[in-house]
Amino acid sequence: MSAAVIFAAAALAATGTYLITARTLSRIVLGFSLLGHAAVLALLASGGRAGDAPLANRSATDSMADPLPQALSLTAIVISFGLTLFLLALARREHELTGDDLVEDDLEDRRVAHVHPGADEGAAP
Amino acid sequence: MSAVVAVIVVGPLVAAMCGLLSSRHEVVRDIITMGSLAVVTGLAAWLLVVVNTDGPVAVRVGGWDPGLGIVLVADLFAALILLVATATILLVELFAIGQRRSAWGADPRLAGPILLVLTGGVVLAILTGDLFTLFVAFELILVSSYVLLTHQGQRGQIRSGMTYVVMNLFASTLFLVGVAFVYSATGTVNLALLAERIPALDDGLRMGIGLWFLVVFGTKAAIFPLFSWLPDSYPTAPTTITAVFAGLLTKIGVYALIRFHVLTGMDALGPVLLVLAGLTMLVGVAGALAQDDVKRILSFHIVSQIGYMLMGLGLFTVAGVAGAILFLVHQIPIKTVLFLVGGMIEVEAGTSALDRVSGLAARRGFIALMFALSALSLAGLPPFSGFVAKLALVDAGIDAVAIPIVVVALVGSILTLLSMAKIWLGVFWGSPVANGAGVPPAGSADLRPAGRRLMSVATATAVTATLAIAVFAGPLWEMSQRAATDLIDPTSYVAEVLG
Repeated sequence: MSAAVIFAAAALAATGTYLITARTLSRIVLGFSLLGHAAVLALLASGGRAGDAPLANRSATDSMADPLPQALSLTAIVISFGLTLFLLALARREHELTGDDLVEDDLEDRRVAHVHPGADEGAAP
Repeated sequence: MSAVVAVIVVGPLVAAMCGLLSSRHEVVRDIITMGSLAVVTGLAAWLLVVVNTDGPVAVRVGGWDPGLGIVLVADLFAALILLVATATILLVELFAIGQRRSAWGADPRLAGPILLVLTGGVVLAILTGDLFTLFVAFELILVSSYVLLTHQGQRGQIRSGMTYVVMNLFASTLFLVGVAFVYSATGTVNLALLAERIPALDDGLRMGIGLWFLVVFGTKAAIFPLFSWLPDSYPTAPTTITAVFAGLLTKIGVYALIRFHVLTGMDALGPVLLVLAGLTMLVGVAGALAQDDVKRILSFHIVSQIGYMLMGLGLFTVAGVAGAILFLVHQIPIKTVLFLVGGMIEVEAGTSALDRVSGLAARRGFIALMFALSALSLAGLPPFSGFVAKLALVDAGIDAVAIPIVVVALVGSILTLLSMAKIWLGVFWGSPVANGAGVPPAGSADLRPAGRRLMSVATATAVTATLAIAVFAGPLWEMSQRAATDLIDPTSYVAEVLG
């Protein structure tokens, strides 16, 4: 059970990291949701052995799963939900301003390219 | 005392909600914002006095056991930084109210209340006694900083805001995974319990946790090589917002780094931290020398100054950590003041680019004086606060026989002075007529004289505060030393939280 959770977390983290290196913001948003899921799964796995639902008066105390990581995960899920929305809003604003949602070139890079025009071939979109 | 601690944490957040609800009435909103910040600053001062005489105060939120619930802890380190941070935010808000009529002001309907949310996050990050609440506090700070950075929706802000958001979001995700690691290794996220359990772990695991959180807090604190997002994003925001970011956000990262690594006894990471500290100082100041805009120069200096605090932490001696604490106390107001002066230059001259402003000293002697005082302090010249803080660090470095880092720190100071001289030559000296001065820049026309006065008062008060740090260096140094002793030997902290 725990091994399955850990493998799932690893797969999500790998896919998420790959996606956030992309240039389009919509992929970055997807990448962050996957990474968030990976982190939440890691938190759940940190609670140790799976057990009964930790509900008072429903399950026996010694067969319960550890409730603390579950509470932490819940908080983390809410936060990552809010941040996903903010990223989407940012992508929409970028789309309004430029017509696409690409992450733009670094300002310093552009200034270097401006001083040395030859240097920016290949970096140009 | 527990009520005071609770009000300090919850007060700014409640006030932020009231501020957002009263967005139509400017006066009501200003009273709510300034009033709540003043109350929080006052309470923080009181808390410092109490903690200084009676030792740490711990509050168990909801009466839960410390292993399960949220604990708020005010020890001397926390109370000291809390007072400096809240007082700085108060002065920045005063400046923001003065500046809002100009084209460089932030949107007042949003900036005030969101600044309060940021204050709530900063306060929670300083006072929290567990790792997960620290994560939540960081999120609170970051979410409000995302909004403050991008709320005007201009193209440059969206562009650099995106880098900022993506970098920090990635660090936050790492933070969360780090919390999972710590929980599965020790079975708790409470810092007092961690102070007992992490030193008992085997070396490999302990170093793994230490390095993991070095990356997490290091990204927030903008240490080398994780700083690239900072000089790009900070200069695009309105001045008051950059001032708060510069003074507080990276410093909260350093605060968390000192708190976590000293409390959990990560002494073995000392050499790594010292190497990173030296590189942060040099790379930051080298970046500053290459820039030609006031705000960008100052942004690179944020990075370089982080190196000094890291140096104090890396020594892992009482004197080193105390030096880092004193440097933190000096750095929060001084960095803020420099950006406020940058904002005043922008309002006066219409730009902060070095080649388009000149001769400001003749026209606005006051701004020149404010800049000179704070720039000399940043470079660490006597008799200013920067000198006191750097002397403490260099002294600690010599005591610990870490000569290379002391040499790097001194070279960094000289280069800092050099780049400050660059701003002085570009902006304040030279002929005022050369760049068509006398023609008021577009956008400053609607700036009322009262607003200008408010900006001057806020800046002057902040500069006076940094001078006061130099005057009261003796008691402050003694206080920093006691704070550092309590961090290195956390017996009283642990006893207060668990007892």
